[in-house]
Amino acid sequence: MTKEELKSYLEKTFPGMTQEENIDFLVLWVEKDEIFEVARKLKEDEATRFDFLFDETAIDWQTHFEMVYHMTSTTYRHDLEIKVKLEDRDHAELPSMEPLWKAAEMYENEIYDLFGIRFSGHPHLRRIFMSNEWKGYPLRKDYQDDDVISL
Amino acid sequence: MDVNKNTEPFPGEIYEDETGNTNFLVSSIDKLSNWARSNSLWPLTFGTSCCAIEMMSAASAKYDWSRFGFEVARATPRQADLIIVAGTITKKMAPVLKRLYNQMPEPKYVIAMGACTITGGPFFYNSYTVVKGVDNIIPVDVYIPGCPPRPEALLEGMMKLQEKIRHSRAYVIDKPKKEENDD
Repeated sequence: MTKEELKSYLEKTFPGMTQEENIDFLVLWVEKDEIFEVARKLKEDEATRFDFLFDETAIDWQTHFEMVYHMTSTTYRHDLEIKVKLEDRDHAELPSMEPLWKAAEMYENEIYDLFGIRFSGHPHLRRIFMSNEWKGYPLRKDYQDDDVISL
Repeated sequence: MDVNKNTEPFPGEIYEDETGNTNFLVSSIDKLSNWARSNSLWPLTFGTSCCAIEMMSAASAKYDWSRFGFEVARATPRQADLIIVAGTITKKMAPVLKRLYNQMPEPKYVIAMGACTITGGPFFYNSYTVVKGVDNIIPVDVYIPGCPPRPEALLEGMMKLQEKIRHSRAYVIDKPKKEENDD
């Protein structure tokens, strides 16, 4: 599908969801509760077949978190970005994408490790970069550490 | 680089008889053991980042550190007596490095190679993961600055270490190194 076709497809299939376009990708804003069903639909629908989640990451905007999913289709070669806004910084939780895309397991481990966002349904959520005893989540903007020397 | 300073003759006096054969020699056990130790240092193959590439370069044909007695690079700390800390040491790597150091038999020597191991280097500011100086974990004999140091600098540093060993007192027992063995 071309970008325009994908755009009209998304408008038809998910009415009411905000779309925008950045330099590379079409962006679809999804509500936190609907993300899993939307992702499942995009993956399993014959028209889209997003079978490859090539990036999953998070952004800390200090007031809220933003989850970013990048997916592509190895059959149709089109790609899409999905964004989710997480208002609750202290108890940020999302459904895991691991049942849909196996690749999400490691991405979500990393996001949990560095941002402290939890993923329900994840098979083994753990710290992968920091040691198990580590306190806090270093990529949060309000992270404090006595060892860090700042200029 | 003065290569000749490294090919030091036997430290002592050699007595010959009238036929020119060596009958006996006089030396001190300190000089003798330092001479032997300094000319056969066995480095541990340990590298964590780009400094390790320079270290490999120094070990291979072009720079060839076996000219100075370092050819036996060991893959196990049990057989090595020199550890060249080549690369950034993160807080997660620090216990591993300490364990490797503790597993090496005495006498053992440490070279801190590159800016990262000396102070944390480019990761000194705003970093939550990097150890700011490997001497916070293990005692260091020779520091080699650079990012990364060229192989010549590494060779110079290693020869400095040999010099240091030659001037040490091997059989006078110094204060033991403050290292508890946790293995």
